[in-house]
Amino acid sequence: MLEITSIEKGIVIDHIQAGYGIQLFNYLKLDKAEYSVALIHNAFSKIMGKKDIIKINNAIDIDYDFLGLIDPHITINIIEDGKITQKVKLEVPKVVKNIIICKNPRCVTSIETYFDQVFHLVDKEKRSYRCEYCDDIVIPYPK
Amino acid sequence: MLAGRSLIDPSDFTREEFREIFDLAHQIISNPEKYSKSCEGKILATLFYEPSTRTRFSFEAAMLRLGGKIIGFSEPNSSSTAKGESIADTIRTIECYADIAVMRHPKEGAPRVADQYITMPLINAGDGGHQHPTQTLTDILTIECLKGNVENKVYGFCGDLKFGRTVHSLIKFLSNYEGVKFILISPEELRVPEYIREEIIKKKGIPFQEVEKMEPYMGELDFLYMTRVQKERFFNEEDYIRLKDRFILDMDKMKYAKEDTYILHPLPRVNEISTDVDADPRAQYFVQAKNGMFVRMALILKLLGIY
Repeated sequence: MLEITSIEKGIVIDHIQAGYGIQLFNYLKLDKAEYSVALIHNAFSKIMGKKDIIKINNAIDIDYDFLGLIDPHITINIIEDGKITQKVKLEVPKVVKNIIICKNPRCVTSIETYFDQVFHLVDKEKRSYRCEYCDDIVIPYPK
Repeated sequence: MLAGRSLIDPSDFTREEFREIFDLAHQIISNPEKYSKSCEGKILATLFYEPSTRTRFSFEAAMLRLGGKIIGFSEPNSSSTAKGESIADTIRTIECYADIAVMRHPKEGAPRVADQYITMPLINAGDGGHQHPTQTLTDILTIECLKGNVENKVYGFCGDLKFGRTVHSLIKFLSNYEGVKFILISPEELRVPEYIREEIIKKKGIPFQEVEKMEPYMGELDFLYMTRVQKERFFNEEDYIRLKDRFILDMDKMKYAKEDTYILHPLPRVNEISTDVDADPRAQYFVQAKNGMFVRMALILKLLGIY
């Protein structure tokens, strides 16, 4: 089994739906990180079967809205002195700004982009969102 | 309080606020002379990025009949848009010269963007295939004039329900009223968008049917709202040609309708209502066009805080 050394101070993002770890990794710009970061893809999970995990060996600010948007079941553990000091519970965000892009070619956001791209939660279970401008409904990260 | 507000989407105002506008419109119809100088010294800017006859003329006629003045453009090539100016910059500039503005734009949500950059009232006069709230005011005023109120009625919508912004706005508005039922008649490809079906009709528990034939349902309707299949909304001309003649209302089909089933249409019409229907007293689409001016007069007065 693959082993990644545990971290002393930082963040472990666990229970990421398999396949979404790389998107999260890129969104958090971890490819530019100067500290050690591990992306574990398709790790074994008793509950999920397969999962992705990200271990970040540094205390950084995380956009919890984005994580909640990808999957509210993601677990975030804050680590200090090698121990979990805080577990963050995620929620599906009611409003997201500048994360989702509207794909409706008739939407004003397809020609003008200097304002916030805003989406409102429509269905918590489906994690579907409505564009503030054209009302188009999208499921940005299907289960 | 409607003074200083914008009307971008039917959900921007409450039932009571719409009531204020309709009550004032009814008063204007009975005594238009009383309001002929109400907007003296006020300027309405009309920003039409897309062609329009009825909506632009009715807004301009409304402002002129209130004693106000008009500035604006009727196609984007005659404005700074042709030079690449953004919606935000255009509207901020117009605000320097006008007291209230009206915007039609081919892109959905453009008036919502514009409204974020100004404090003067802005009215959405149609944004792509999305919403057209002042056509809804026109439709509702006509429905009230014909049947007294909008509640407890069966509304048929026929034609292009996918891109038909007047349909979306009217359904959104009617969904707030008790006892309404919708019969949505269209080819499968032109059914109402998901947000209208799921977020408005289903969420509010309104009975509805999506069907592909007109005749079997004509006898149930209190109003039949016909729409044109809009060539300008299609990216593919073949789809337009395939779908444009699917529903044509003629006197043969009118035989299935009740004596007090009224036919509405936001106009312009192409061929979806045969011209022989025009003489039938149940055809009310030209009355609608006239009501459009009165209700826009009421809206301008309310948003400017004059009444």
